Amino acid sequence: MSEQFPEDSVGLVTPAHVRFDEALELESGHSLPGFELAYETYGELNAEASNAILVCHALSGNHHAAGYYEHGERKPGWWEACIGPGKPLDTNRFFIVCSNNIGGCHGSTGPVSDNPDTGKPYGADFPMVTVRDWVRSQARLADYLGVERWAAVAGGSLGGMQALQWAIDLPERIRHAVVIAAAPRLSAQNIAFNEVARQAIRSDPDFHEGRYAVAGSRPRTGLMLARMLGHITYLSEAAMGAKFGRDRRGEEDDFGFHYDVEFEVESYLRHQGQSFVDRFDANTYLLMTKALDYFDPAAKFGGDLERALKQVKAQFLVASFTSDWRFPPSASREIVRALLDTNKRVSYAEIRADHGHDAFLMPVPRYIDVFGTYMQRVAAEVGA
Amino acid sequence: MNPLRADLQIVADWVDSGERVLDLGCGDGRLLRYLFDSRNATGYGLEIDPEGITQSLANGINVIESDLDEGLADFEDDAFDQVILTQTLQAVQRPDQLLREMLRVGRTGIVTFPNFAYYKLRYHLAVRGRMPMSDALSYAWYETPNIHFCTIDDFEALCEELGIHILERRVVSHDLKEPLLARFLPNLFGEVALYRICRADR
Repeated sequence: MSEQFPEDSVGLVTPAHVRFDEALELESGHSLPGFELAYETYGELNAEASNAILVCHALSGNHHAAGYYEHGERKPGWWEACIGPGKPLDTNRFFIVCSNNIGGCHGSTGPVSDNPDTGKPYGADFPMVTVRDWVRSQARLADYLGVERWAAVAGGSLGGMQALQWAIDLPERIRHAVVIAAAPRLSAQNIAFNEVARQAIRSDPDFHEGRYAVAGSRPRTGLMLARMLGHITYLSEAAMGAKFGRDRRGEEDDFGFHYDVEFEVESYLRHQGQSFVDRFDANTYLLMTKALDYFDPAAKFGGDLERALKQVKAQFLVASFTSDWRFPPSASREIVRALLDTNKRVSYAEIRADHGHDAFLMPVPRYIDVFGTYMQRVAAEVGA
Repeated sequence: MNPLRADLQIVADWVDSGERVLDLGCGDGRLLRYLFDSRNATGYGLEIDPEGITQSLANGINVIESDLDEGLADFEDDAFDQVILTQTLQAVQRPDQLLREMLRVGRTGIVTFPNFAYYKLRYHLAVRGRMPMSDALSYAWYETPNIHFCTIDDFEALCEELGIHILERRVVSHDLKEPLLARFLPNLFGEVALYRICRADR
């Protein structure tokens, strides 16, 4: 079969799985008797194991960060814009690793996995996980892959927060942190959005207190609403306006005076919500939003982010997008400021982009330029 | 590595080994790169131009996208040994406030700017009746980022007013020569002025 993938894509990829039998103590006080991680890798680990990069995914992401699972597939991995030959995370130079967070629903141990105590899916019994728990689980993956120290840990949104947590928790194991469209903690408004999403899920009659799998149902409506709400907040008003305006479906000039889909934006949101329900688990959505809400590395240091960053050894690239109102530039600047005040090596770019929070997933030229230039520096430093 | 712009060499010579430096309007980061390599200096560059930021990243310096007109609130008092402002004073909204900020976050400051009282510029305005352009001032009036021109005498008067002490002054032509006449009549014959300053109460 002839090659059908773009030249700058990693092409066909296959996910891998690894099981860790040693128990993982969680920040909540619970523990997992062992756990499995689903992950993908792109590029080759060099002999010194110095060119490895960990990519962390956001709320609804997973380990499929780049490439395609089959020929003719329409949609590549979620960070295709940034991972591939010649891209910022250049697979000709780096060995890229992306794992599904525990608590996820795409292969790593989570609510849809079987609880070894009962032989049934964990569902609501899966313990809450935090960003720190993810860092610790990913450290085991690093051990397994023979990576003593990541050349960089990179991510956007919740993934960027993980990169920050890596730099704080395991300072010896990360050379660079690339923190994109993130925040040192969520704002009240952000938590509020997450709470509405959770209530949408939890109030769905098919939720069954999270034990919907056992009941043979799924809270489709609730999860769809949660995703629709989230999606609105990931886009800017300008981006939505440009994409849909007040356009309506169909030919008629007159209003329909009904509640079926009429405006293009309604159609889009419903489609996004419905397709999300087919690929995502409601309990995972609840867990991920809680992990976001709880994230606050300064909290253990009396709310002082500078103290939290004191032990950090990594160099930082922080980037934000002008139209991102969910994780606005001011939130990124807070991270930058704390790094400056603790004399860490940091660079910061505020990218002009109309796409809102989702800009971190898009091939915005200046973003790619800044990210790529920084990563070339990393490559030179680690001999990649 | 590329040679330094002529006036930057003088600036670099004012930086001591191992000093912490903040470069306001760092451009492509060349000065900081040079200071990192030759003086073992550390610090950051602030820049607003996307092109400059990318080049600074390529030059391996720590660059922060910043608008100098918003002040230096991201930095604590006395965080740096030197705060450097080369050929940018005339392009900010409030040069007086920026000078204050420089000497809040830095022990000493270095400022360079084109002297608007340079005799060739005076000639442009006085005789030809046109807004001045020169080798050190190459923009036409309608496209210039330079909104607050000043002269050597203006700058020194402002320093006096702000309680800023001038540690050292160099007055040169755009190609870094120090014309003899500039020694006696700097405000008339100096094309580019370079200052080392600190707070008078130090």
